[in-house]
Amino acid sequence: MSVDTLSSGRTRRGFRDLPVPLVVIALAAFIYVTAALATGQANQISLTGLSGLLQRTVALGLVGLGQTFAILVGSIDLSVAALISTVAVLASYLMQGDAGMIVPAILACLVLALVVGVINGGLVACWGINPLIATLSTGLILQGALAAGFTYLGGRVAPEFQALAYQAPFGVPLPVLLLAVLAIVAWFVLAKTRFGAHLYAVGGNPDGAKLAGLRVERFVLAAHVIASLGACVAGLYLAARLQSGTPWIGRDGVYDLESIAIVVIGGTALSGGKGGVLGTLAGVLLFASLDASFNMFGVDAFLKQVLRGAIVIAAVAVYAVRNKGHVA
Amino acid sequence: MTDVATSHDAPASPTAVAPLLTLRGISKSFPGVRALDDVSLEIYPGQVTALIGENGAGKSTLVKILTGIYQPDAGEIAIDGRPVEFGSPHRAAQQGITAIHQETVLFDEISVAENIHLGHAPRTRLGLIDWGAIRGGARKVLASMGAGHIAPETRLKELSIANKHLVGVARALSIDARIVIMDEPTAALSYKEIGELFTLIEMLKADGKGILFISHKFDEIYRISDRYAVFRDGQKVGAGMLPETPQAEIVKMMVGRSVDQIFPKHVAAPGETVLKVEDLSHPTEFDGIDFELRRGEILGFYGLVGAGRSEVMQALFGLTRPSRGSIVLDGQAITPQSPADAVNAGIVYVPEERGKQGVVIGLPIFENVSLPSLKRTSLHGVLRLKEEFDLARAYTERLDLRASSLSQDVGTLSGGNQQKVVIAKWLATGPKVIILDEPTKGIDIGSKAAVHQFMGELVAQGLAVIMVSSELPEVMGMSDRIVVMREGRMVTTLENKDLSAEALVSAAAGIRGEDA
Repeated sequence: MSVDTLSSGRTRRGFRDLPVPLVVIALAAFIYVTAALATGQANQISLTGLSGLLQRTVALGLVGLGQTFAILVGSIDLSVAALISTVAVLASYLMQGDAGMIVPAILACLVLALVVGVINGGLVACWGINPLIATLSTGLILQGALAAGFTYLGGRVAPEFQALAYQAPFGVPLPVLLLAVLAIVAWFVLAKTRFGAHLYAVGGNPDGAKLAGLRVERFVLAAHVIASLGACVAGLYLAARLQSGTPWIGRDGVYDLESIAIVVIGGTALSGGKGGVLGTLAGVLLFASLDASFNMFGVDAFLKQVLRGAIVIAAVAVYAVRNKGHVA
Repeated sequence: MTDVATSHDAPASPTAVAPLLTLRGISKSFPGVRALDDVSLEIYPGQVTALIGENGAGKSTLVKILTGIYQPDAGEIAIDGRPVEFGSPHRAAQQGITAIHQETVLFDEISVAENIHLGHAPRTRLGLIDWGAIRGGARKVLASMGAGHIAPETRLKELSIANKHLVGVARALSIDARIVIMDEPTAALSYKEIGELFTLIEMLKADGKGILFISHKFDEIYRISDRYAVFRDGQKVGAGMLPETPQAEIVKMMVGRSVDQIFPKHVAAPGETVLKVEDLSHPTEFDGIDFELRRGEILGFYGLVGAGRSEVMQALFGLTRPSRGSIVLDGQAITPQSPADAVNAGIVYVPEERGKQGVVIGLPIFENVSLPSLKRTSLHGVLRLKEEFDLARAYTERLDLRASSLSQDVGTLSGGNQQKVVIAKWLATGPKVIILDEPTKGIDIGSKAAVHQFMGELVAQGLAVIMVSSELPEVMGMSDRIVVMREGRMVTTLENKDLSAEALVSAAAGIRGEDA
């Protein structure tokens, strides 16, 4: 029989992109260690230094996890930055410093994200609107509503909520643990569940998936809901970290474009159906090491942007060559 | 710009003229398929040469070589006796070759005048596009063709298909094309529009153009053509002057070989009716389709491309909504709203466009096979890799799939092996009815035989198979009964016993007097 070498050499959903994350992580480590040694700040390689580095990955990492789902299914979400701002503002407004309001505020934010995700997904999956336009528009609407309404919204998060962002059990910051847990969940869903397998198929070939009897629209919708939930958690984290939300948190952090950038650096194809969250985590780590290194060198922020852009281009070029022009 | 209004004198005697275009020993191979094998062909000025052959005979490959889309592996092309090379579609156009396709390759969003002049727009002295000259030129060309009713300013997408063809012809005239290839130009036209198109072809002939006319419809071929060339399996099997050659002889050339030698005979023991379709109709694609499918039989659907066969299958599979009629599966009426419904009910579909619709390129073989069966191989939504592998292995081994590993990307497989993956995928779902749409189109001979062999095994196990095929030998070699469709309607249903290929071709092409 010609198919006998089957049990060996399994490549598997989520695993098949393993080399890419490893390479990207190695690059991140190289940059960070080199910068630390070159500037004589070897103490940056300590546990404290590293946990500081990881802390920088949290917000973008959370958004990136969600964005990975949207891109894997063949869509994209440009509304995440506006949603982050909205969630951060809404959380501070609802809490008004009152610990009793923490849970209701979190719930309200999750519901908001769910609604935004369903609207995004509905526009893309059911109405067939181009995802760039659909999510750009929902983002603009959120941002506009926020700008119009913010004069009435004010407030700050409860101190107990804020404390969550600064706790560090066993020396690891709580937000980093949160990111790690959510990343493991996301990885498990993509690599080990039926939902994940179907998501890859829908992203890889929507027509084929439909003809295979999958209800394609549901997966696109679900992926958008997950993208919005990722942005929501990131917004809550930022509100806690900064004590209160402002309507520009998301926009100033460029979370929309940067989340797409780290997903792409991580080897996920913009055309969908290929990649995974491990790559996204590696991508965010690379960006964080770059930031940290520039801080150590004390170089100004503009050059940092230039280098980030160059890395995205280099990454996409490498993947394009490897896949013979089939990536982004 | 040519003055199209003046028609030159028609060539004196069709045999006396030198050929305008000559092909010598053209060969072209694709992985696993020899599409053209040492083909020679002449096209004469002022004459229509009909290119005749079944699907897969090599006609479209030839057209693509003539229009510079493919490069031949061997052989030479000469215009007026001078060798030429068509390195690109642009070069072919420069040499005076233009093609009018079944679906026009013009541009929907720009105006008629721009379409006519695209790529050779008149310029002003400043090098800018001379819009006045474009509109004026277009108006003149259209008027000269008797198509003055088409306004040059209209956007192309607002025109009917017939009028788009007219624009295509106008373009051919305006770029001074000498050779016009018409690839099934009448497929989407009404009777009246076909008449108008033929008037135009006469005009092109009178103007000294060489025309290559591709059609499956014999009445049209005889009405318009001077010469013919018959292709079969990538070779030219006959050519000559048309009026002198009877239809029956051409059909014989097309069909060629003896059919039952190649196909494995399966023992048909049709059981009870599995699927009963009554008066199934669609607003535009098909009307009044009735048939029954029994357990253990292969029901062939034969007809020309565009006869509505695939559309009927898509309705059974929930991809399109029928306007009326009923589908009864195992005694239960079903109305599939989506492929998911159809699969749940037990109807599966192996589409014609394998790469685009059948498999998910980028995913390994085993994931493609297990895709619709993951409910069975997973537990509470969590995948169980071993079950998935076992399932994939069981079904791909039955089909004798050739692959180094089930983890191999399905995109690296040949067409024939991809087809096996698609079939394995559906068998794993335990279907009642399996629909195969052109199951062996574009796959190599060896895999073809394997797919045919396997179809025999399927029915032996009591599955009901519908096979849509435009390949006559396949339809005749594999089917127990054959439904013939033409222009969205059922022409007849034939028992496949002592059936002549000629009768089948005649029924599908609408040749009168020979219907069974």
